[in-house]
Amino acid sequence: MDRLIKVGMADLQASCHPCVITTLGLGSCVGIALYDRYTKIAGLAHIMLPSSLQARNNSNIAKFADTAIVKLVEDMIKLGAHREKITAKIAGGAQMFAFNQSSDVIRIGARNVLATKDVLAELKIPLLSEDTGGNYGRTVELYSDDGRFLIKTIGHGITQI
Amino acid sequence: MTIHIDDLNNMQLDVLREIGNIGAGNAATALAKMLNKKVNMDVPKVKILEFKYVNDILGGADQLVVGILLRVNGDLTGNIMFMLDINAAHALVDMLMGDFASNASESAEFSEIEISALKEIGNILASSYLTSMSALTNLKIMPSVPDIAIDMAGAILSVPAIEFGKIGDTVLYIETEFLEGNSRVVGDFFLVPDMESYEVLLRALGVIS
Repeated sequence: MDRLIKVGMADLQASCHPCVITTLGLGSCVGIALYDRYTKIAGLAHIMLPSSLQARNNSNIAKFADTAIVKLVEDMIKLGAHREKITAKIAGGAQMFAFNQSSDVIRIGARNVLATKDVLAELKIPLLSEDTGGNYGRTVELYSDDGRFLIKTIGHGITQI
Repeated sequence: MTIHIDDLNNMQLDVLREIGNIGAGNAATALAKMLNKKVNMDVPKVKILEFKYVNDILGGADQLVVGILLRVNGDLTGNIMFMLDINAAHALVDMLMGDFASNASESAEFSEIEISALKEIGNILASSYLTSMSALTNLKIMPSVPDIAIDMAGAILSVPAIEFGKIGDTVLYIETEFLEGNSRVVGDFFLVPDMESYEVLLRALGVIS
């Protein structure tokens, strides 16, 4: 059995092969899986908010799409990953409650996904696939042997991207 | 002046705990009346948690739970959430609806009328919680229409948690566990006021001037 590494909410982890990195119960949050298939170095971030620039307290850089991705790439490079080989897969960004109101909180999932894509594009990290949106939670697992990203849900099946 | 949740002193935390106690006491009474059964509750816990650990409560982030969320408006704003273990949710609906309900207890499937019943339970409980809070503080507090999600605990809890993410790295929950007879936990009640509302709340109670 490979090493299982857990990533909490507003948290990120990078690791060498062999490992499985997982995060449980992604709702509006987005799970960002980065992988270098040459060195098999993997990293996963569980972000809650789109941008550190809009927050009053941005000391925890793993909380925001913009800062978390940059940090995760840095951590992976420290472990020996090649910057230009890193690719991304993302999951999450759901809307858990259907609330019919204009509050920002409600559309936070979609905003998290958009921000994540913007940051990936800016850093020129190719986004290979995604499983985002909907109104259900996701538990994800990133496997370091081939970079497959497994997404488990309740009532919406298991997908692999 | 804005207070930061990490700076709350013991007395202020006690006051928040007591608010939870009174609110939940009323809600428990309402639930007991509905079910015609004795409902016990734990002393509320005021939890200040780092996000990393939020997922550990309620027996794990990928536990299947029923979350009934109401937005709180008025002088005080925030979220109030009643979270039920899936078995407890089925049991609750069965008790309320007698023969009409299905027997499946582990499944995430609820009929439309069961969903409606669950929402109504959430509505009644949240309203009784807030009414007592309103009477105590003289603040105008109104709950919104309830909304429901049946999914992973972590995914549901992240909704109020994200509100806190904007201003800090911790989240404050006033949590009360409901127990029914010997069938252990019925549910968890979370009051998650918006950040600015702590000040309003503590000020209305004369704890800060």
